[in-house]
Amino acid sequence: MNRAADPSGAGREWQRFSPEQRLIRFACYFIGVAALVMSLRHLEFEPAFLTDAPAQIQDFFVRMWPLDTAYYGQSVHAALIETLNIATLGTLLAVVMAFPLGILAAGNLVPFAPINLLARLMLVASRSVNSLVWALLFIAVFGPGALAGTLAIAFRSIGFVGKLFGEALEESQPGPVDALTAAGAPRISVFMKGVWPQVKPAFWSIVLFRWDINVRESAVLGLVGAGGIGMAMDSAMNLFRWDQVAVVLLTIFAVVVVAEVVVTVVRKHTL
Amino acid sequence: MTFQAADTRRSPFPINWPARAGWLALALYTAWAATQLDFNWTRFVSGLGNLERFLARMFPPNFGGDKWELIVKGLTESLEIAVIASALAIVIALPVGLMAARNLSPVWLSWPTRMLVALFRSFHAVIVAIVFVKALGFGAIAGIAALVVASVGFIAKLFAEAIEEISLRQVEAVRASGASFANVLIYGVLPQVFGRFLGFCSYQLDSNLRNSTMVGIVGAGGIGGTLFSAFQSFDYDFVLAILLCIIALIFAGEMLSGFLRAVFLDNATLSAWWARRRRASSAVARGAEE
Repeated sequence: MNRAADPSGAGREWQRFSPEQRLIRFACYFIGVAALVMSLRHLEFEPAFLTDAPAQIQDFFVRMWPLDTAYYGQSVHAALIETLNIATLGTLLAVVMAFPLGILAAGNLVPFAPINLLARLMLVASRSVNSLVWALLFIAVFGPGALAGTLAIAFRSIGFVGKLFGEALEESQPGPVDALTAAGAPRISVFMKGVWPQVKPAFWSIVLFRWDINVRESAVLGLVGAGGIGMAMDSAMNLFRWDQVAVVLLTIFAVVVVAEVVVTVVRKHTL
Repeated sequence: MTFQAADTRRSPFPINWPARAGWLALALYTAWAATQLDFNWTRFVSGLGNLERFLARMFPPNFGGDKWELIVKGLTESLEIAVIASALAIVIALPVGLMAARNLSPVWLSWPTRMLVALFRSFHAVIVAIVFVKALGFGAIAGIAALVVASVGFIAKLFAEAIEEISLRQVEAVRASGASFANVLIYGVLPQVFGRFLGFCSYQLDSNLRNSTMVGIVGAGGIGGTLFSAFQSFDYDFVLAILLCIIALIFAGEMLSGFLRAVFLDNATLSAWWARRRRASSAVARGAEE
């Protein structure tokens, strides 16, 4: 924290922030509140929706019970396996494409600014399009199904994996690289023995982290027709079979929890 | 005594057999999963033909007349959903985070709260939005409710973790002076974590802005609905226009969130920024003179 008062002014009162800091903070708060008020006034509310919400929510839970557990065997299980395959294959594909992009984005490995910039631009483009939009784009190209979902997951993840991997590469120490270069090692060996061991733990932890996110994301893709458990949810919802929807929701919850536990355990034991 | 160097010498780069086995397993899995998902070359090639037609119909983006009005209306609604949802989430996440922190709350309170937060976090915002569309009807309210749930899950978890890392000396000092529990919170706990709390909130504002453009796909308000119906009517030049606008909005949100973090976490000020720029430019000028 900054000290506003200079050390020579012994008799002055201590203040945590300088006047300018206080002013800029106040401006932020003010603009925030103003944006909130404007949004609340402009947005069209339908009060009838809010008043019958408790009844609707109650109805929702009543219709969910009893769970249609037979639905799990019928179609949820196969869809679940498909979701996990989409998430895993999508992550692998993303890693394959993000690996070279991450290297190209790292200024210490590729000391040529235009290439760094181009690689970073591609990574940003990948991240700024949501996986649902990627899915819609790939459905338009490859038709509905798991292929579109896998490519959507992959293209959404390239930016994430590539950015973090590039940052890890930039933080690596130059010492081993200099030593290997001085010993006359070829460039591949310099990378494999000088850089890669330094970034390996970071790389695998980024991949695991993204896989965890992708399991969550691939559960949604089916809603737009890109395969996986979302398709089972969508078809149950279109038939207003809320007892089946509840089974799907519980399955997603269980898988997400298991994925998080798997990631934590793997990280603890191998990294 | 003879020293047998040749026998004890190890290869400097031994072959890592477990790693190789892992790579092999990964390759086998990939091949198996690809057949499971019915990937094949003919589908891929026919898709590439579609891609060409698809791109041809996308360009140039269509911003014309009534389309532009639709975009502005959708983006405004998305923005409003994001702002309201973030504000509500911040108000809710502050007490929830305090309740979930194991060093402040008793076990009977922290465990159920942590379970609730984990439940909130485990579903994607769009899935939560479906549930709320059913409960609250189509429109922005469902989107707001969905984003509030997702945001509370995120902010409260990180906030609780931040509180669990605080120094308890200040808390004890405040408590020793006879302060009430509320005063302990306000003077002992919050000053240590409030900056980080606002940092999480700015991240979440950014993330809500992204998700508010998507919840419309399931009918929960915002530009997502416009985007989805444009996709369904094969109006691809309009799709591209919407996508460009969404990307611009997300960039603006990322910059805003970065600015907020600079102000609240790093105490950035405009005068400090100007001073840095002046120093940099004068250094450049000096370098040019020499």
